[in-house]
Amino acid sequence: MSTATGTRRVTTAKAMAEGIGLEMQRDPNVFVMGEDVGAYGGIFGSTTDLFGEFGADRVIDTPISETGFIGAGIGAAVEGLRPVVELMFVDFYGVCMDQISNHMAKIHYESGGNVKVPMVLMTATGAGYSDAAQHSQSLWGTFAHLPGMKVVVPSNPYDAKGLMISAIQDDNPVLYMFHKGAQGLVWMEKNPRSIGEVPEESYTVPIGKAAVAREGTDVTIVTLSLSVQHSLDVAEELEGEGISVEIVDLRSLVPLDTETVLESVGKTGRVLVVDEDYKSFGLTGEIAAIIAENDPGMLKKPFRRVAMPDVPIPYARPLEYGVLPTRDKIKAAVKDLMA
Amino acid sequence: MGELDRLAMYQQMVRIRQYESRIMQEYHADKSPAWDIGAGLIPGEMHLAAGQEPAAVGVCAHLKKGDAITAPHRPHHFALAHRVDMNKMTAEIYGRTTGLCKGKGGHMHLFDPENHFSCSGIIAQGLPVACGQAMAFQRKGTDHVAVAVTGEGAANQGAFHESLNLAAVWNLPVIFVIEDNDWAISVPKDASTAGASNADRAAGYGMPGVRVEDNDVEAVYEAAGAAIDRARAGDGPSLIEIHTLRLFGHFEGDAQAYRPELETVNERDPIPQYAAALQELGVLSEDQIASIQADADAEVDAAIEFAKSSPEPAPEDALLHVFA
Repeated sequence: MSTATGTRRVTTAKAMAEGIGLEMQRDPNVFVMGEDVGAYGGIFGSTTDLFGEFGADRVIDTPISETGFIGAGIGAAVEGLRPVVELMFVDFYGVCMDQISNHMAKIHYESGGNVKVPMVLMTATGAGYSDAAQHSQSLWGTFAHLPGMKVVVPSNPYDAKGLMISAIQDDNPVLYMFHKGAQGLVWMEKNPRSIGEVPEESYTVPIGKAAVAREGTDVTIVTLSLSVQHSLDVAEELEGEGISVEIVDLRSLVPLDTETVLESVGKTGRVLVVDEDYKSFGLTGEIAAIIAENDPGMLKKPFRRVAMPDVPIPYARPLEYGVLPTRDKIKAAVKDLMA
Repeated sequence: MGELDRLAMYQQMVRIRQYESRIMQEYHADKSPAWDIGAGLIPGEMHLAAGQEPAAVGVCAHLKKGDAITAPHRPHHFALAHRVDMNKMTAEIYGRTTGLCKGKGGHMHLFDPENHFSCSGIIAQGLPVACGQAMAFQRKGTDHVAVAVTGEGAANQGAFHESLNLAAVWNLPVIFVIEDNDWAISVPKDASTAGASNADRAAGYGMPGVRVEDNDVEAVYEAAGAAIDRARAGDGPSLIEIHTLRLFGHFEGDAQAYRPELETVNERDPIPQYAAALQELGVLSEDQIASIQADADAEVDAAIEFAKSSPEPAPEDALLHVFA
């Protein structure tokens, strides 16, 4: 084992960019492209400082042409390069979903396993700053529903770096979905958990492995992304009220670590799923189904979920926070489970 | 162009035609009396490229091992002209384990990484992928090129325009080939496309655009040679629109009642025309015509026999190959 180079506190955005930069140093086939990933450093900081280190040849600003450059990423990956491509907001999927779903995710399968697509598609998700219906969605359930791409959703700086390195090293297409509100941006309200201890050296966080972000005995919260940070806040508050909350941070949706979920639910017998994505036909229902298929008797109380109601995300602050999975809603749901 | 080049192109066109004709026979052979698209040894949609051989043959004559092609839903002629193994391709069309994709892809989703050949059933969406392959060739410092093939109907897709722009702005070694067979399924070009020639659209992206008339394989050869040389030299992308002929329906089973010029298609068949031209030049004899046809018959029959005698996949294999 090499000498530890130590940790320092960095933002999630910086941790992501560090992960990309370390892989670019290690493997000349890795390059980045997307809108404003160059001198700007990514609108949400995902490519911070990479342009200065690697230059325009490996950190490539693209035209506003998502079908074109995501497709180009696929073609480059098919030829053995390892592109990291950014779709600025996941909400822009509508202009490039054919490349993502019909090509990036299907080529390996359609080819009978003969063609690999080692590509990372990173994209910003999430609400909370009044960007309204077309710039605030989570949508991970939509992508996780479509076979052929891995889907990772980090909640903190440590996982952001380790999952990025794993994603780049993976031989499959990986959709890397980061929450704007968890990036630690100076220009957006953030949870202090968006800045954290991160090793300077390279390391991986395995894709398909959930983390128990906090151990507890009374209630399991299964969640991901920024909602992990909110849930940790709630768990700390509830500790003072004598409620012990365990938090499972899924980190990956595809593959999904059902074992860790079932182990925790089996221990507590009470489960709340918190999801910033739309409620119906999505992650919350999937977790309920997994529990029901395994053993419905493991629940002492009926399954609960806090998710985005099935409405487009509204603009005005009272409306937006009316639908978001806030700390208050999470706390109320946990207390209800303990009532 | 030498005598051997001409003969090789004629031979390749005959080979492709024999393939498409026999696949048509085989496709329909077990779908009667009640025609059912999902029935028979070759199920599903079938888009055959008879009549469009000059496009594939004239372009692929310039390609070397390592050059890439992305083809659309009508891919067989480009696949065969680009060295894709006929046995494996046929086995894929029959959904067999010996197929290019072990039966997972079928006729619209043929992948042959050895020859950098792929196709997509979504029109114009192979163009961005070809741009990426070209980008990889450029970044690796090779002189390989990527050819992106699509029909004239696809030239109205956003992916087409995005790809032209991307290729031009990054000076990528891509050749965009539009096969204008006059019909986007049942809609004629003049009812769907502003401007008579898609070659004119190239100017909007600062790249050369050439339209080849008369489904003439030698004219395609000339235009493609210039475009491919240009791309190999690092001078960027080009567009070629080839006015070709859809001899059969959009898909098998298409009665083509919408098509007023249907009666004249056989008169416009490019293969007898090219044979006559080569005979006039004195480079093709009746004996050669017969022997070229006989060779094609034998090769295609053997490929169909290979496919039919290959094993079908087991149902549980459907769960394999989602991830590497």
